[in-house]
Amino acid sequence: MEGLSPWVLFFAAIFTGNILLTYFLGMCSFLSVSKQLKTAFGLGLAVTFVLTITAALNWLVYWYLLDPLGLEYLRYIVFIVVIAASVQLLEMFIERYSESLYINLGIFLPLITVNCAILGVSLFMVIRKYTFIQSVAFGVGSGIGWLIAIVAMAGIRERINEKKIPAALQGPGIALIISGIMAMAFIGFSGMVQIQ
Amino acid sequence: MTVLILKTIFLITAINGVLAVLLVIAERYLANYGECKIQINDQKEIQVNGGTSLLSALSSQKIFLPSACGGRGTCAYCKCKVQNGAGPLLPTEVPFLTQTEIESQIRLSCQVKVKQDLQISIPEALFAIQKFDSEIELIQDLTYDIKLIRLKLLEPDHIQFKAGQYVQLVSQPYGKVKGSVQRAYSIASPTYETGIVDLMIRLVPEGICTTWVHEVLKEKDHVQIIGPMGDFKMHEGEGEIIMVAGGSGMAPMVSLLSDILCKSGQRKITYFFGAVTKRDLFFLDEMAEFERKIPNFTFVPALSDPQPDDGWKGTTGLITVPLANYLSSIQTDKAQGYLCGSPGMIHACISVMKEKGMPGDQIFFDPFG
Ligand SMILES: Cc1cc2nc3c(=O)[nH]c(=O)nc-3n(C[C@H](O)[C@H](O)[C@H](O)COP(=O)(O)OP(=O)(O)OC[C@H]3O[C@@H](n4cnc5c(N)ncnc54)[C@H](O)[C@@H]3O)c2cc1C
Ligand code: FES
Repeated sequence: MEGLSPWVLFFAAIFTGNILLTYFLGMCSFLSVSKQLKTAFGLGLAVTFVLTITAALNWLVYWYLLDPLGLEYLRYIVFIVVIAASVQLLEMFIERYSESLYINLGIFLPLITVNCAILGVSLFMVIRKYTFIQSVAFGVGSGIGWLIAIVAMAGIRERINEKKIPAALQGPGIALIISGIMAMAFIGFSGMVQIQ
Repeated sequence: MTVLILKTIFLITAINGVLAVLLVIAERYLANYGECKIQINDQKEIQVNGGTSLLSALSSQKIFLPSACGGRGTCAYCKCKVQNGAGPLLPTEVPFLTQTEIESQIRLSCQVKVKQDLQISIPEALFAIQKFDSEIELIQDLTYDIKLIRLKLLEPDHIQFKAGQYVQLVSQPYGKVKGSVQRAYSIASPTYETGIVDLMIRLVPEGICTTWVHEVLKEKDHVQIIGPMGDFKMHEGEGEIIMVAGGSGMAPMVSLLSDILCKSGQRKITYFFGAVTKRDLFFLDEMAEFERKIPNFTFVPALSDPQPDDGWKGTTGLITVPLANYLSSIQTDKAQGYLCGSPGMIHACISVMKEKGMPGDQIFFDPFG
């Protein structure tokens, strides 16, 4: 993956390889927190923020610790620990130093420690052997991609609330159908760049 | 192979160690807000350790705000006015507050964190809320799914409450349930019995607290309650009193009736009790006793689905039916309604009462939801 420019990766992560709509990672919070535009946006921001930071941290941990020691197989467990701890630290930090940031973003942090999109990005970046800069670009891009997806979803759900939906499909049912349609729409971007 | 294992152990220990140390340091310096002062109602001042929620900071000082969800931000019982120091409103609070409440600085105390000195107002009555250690004196089956639990208060050894109020029962971990929860139960004993508290607890399938009560608790066990709380109580008035309850909603009614018995008022009282079959009925002897002793009191049990072998000769149908019939026959504009039980039943009955001309502000209720 040496050759790919970070910019290409950045846009590819948003559109052609959207972490949510192409890989269906991070679905649980996507379904449960997409009822309101404002909260969805806050959560999206939090995911972007955490993705960027954990992608960078895990890249360092992987290439400077796990790889030299020949312990690649530990990456799942180590990545999870690093993610959990850094999210905790971030939460405390934000709560202490910025009230407005805490309200708009901080309170969502505990929700996303267990978001699989975050682990997914860390794993993709090592499997695909991205450089540090590429990984960061990929992290930011994936986060923004996730944010766009959940905000679009919340917008649609806010509208759909006022419509008549068959009882059996209300709530998660219709949400899953909508995300399927959104995923198909995103296939339209796939002609642009391919990453995998 | 050994090298690999050793390396693994080393690396895991190192990474976890470093992260743990970082977190401990952060906990010490970032999440430590030092001693904070909370000024209550401009008169009392308490010192607490910052960093926890206002609800738990207050309870650490033996001031108990009501809380039915245990601080998860879902019950909205823990509301209190915070004039100063609470920071902006959190998204987790917004859904529970009305516009007027927001304007008058009402907050959910379980969501507000104590990070600096605070100034709050709480109703005086809350100072009376205490935590009681008690011993179970008696457990009695009232029906197949409702038990009467009599608690003998040990420390403090007496309670003062208004008929209709409830206490929070603190459950202990058992079986697969690892934590302790708090649930509200109305006091069924009369207010003059200050040394004991009677509760009527209906088993909710899979319910954490009720399963504990029904399957784990034995006589002589020690349990804790916090109370008294709630503002369901008798109100002044002249018109007829209409009571409606179902299941364990009987509990506060018994306490109210014992109180009325002592005051020997002249108001006419009719108590509609809804049940499904005869096996859901209980306290019939006690009710007959009240009918003898309270002038103008009538108890009307109604079964919605009496079984052939129940031999039921009384009122049949959903409780709303006899209620509507009765309300059509009386003057309703001064009548007062008191309702207790499942939210579904309560709301159905409130609609009937309003339809029949009872004033909405004279209908008082405690939904057990
Ligand atoms: C002011 C007040 C007074 C109350 N007084 C009494 C009383 O005198 N006697 C009494 O038995 N209960 C009373 N309750 C209800 C009681 O507080 C508990 O909610 C109930 O006992 C269930 O607790 P649990 O821990 O067993 O169930 P949980 O583990 O909390 O709940 C298990 C499941 O049951 C559902 N559930 C919860 N409560 C009920 C219910 N009441 N009926 C049907 N489903 C339910 C929940 O949604 C959940 O899905 C009162 C509630 C309030 C708010
Ligand atoms: S304690 Fe239930 S909402 Fe605060």
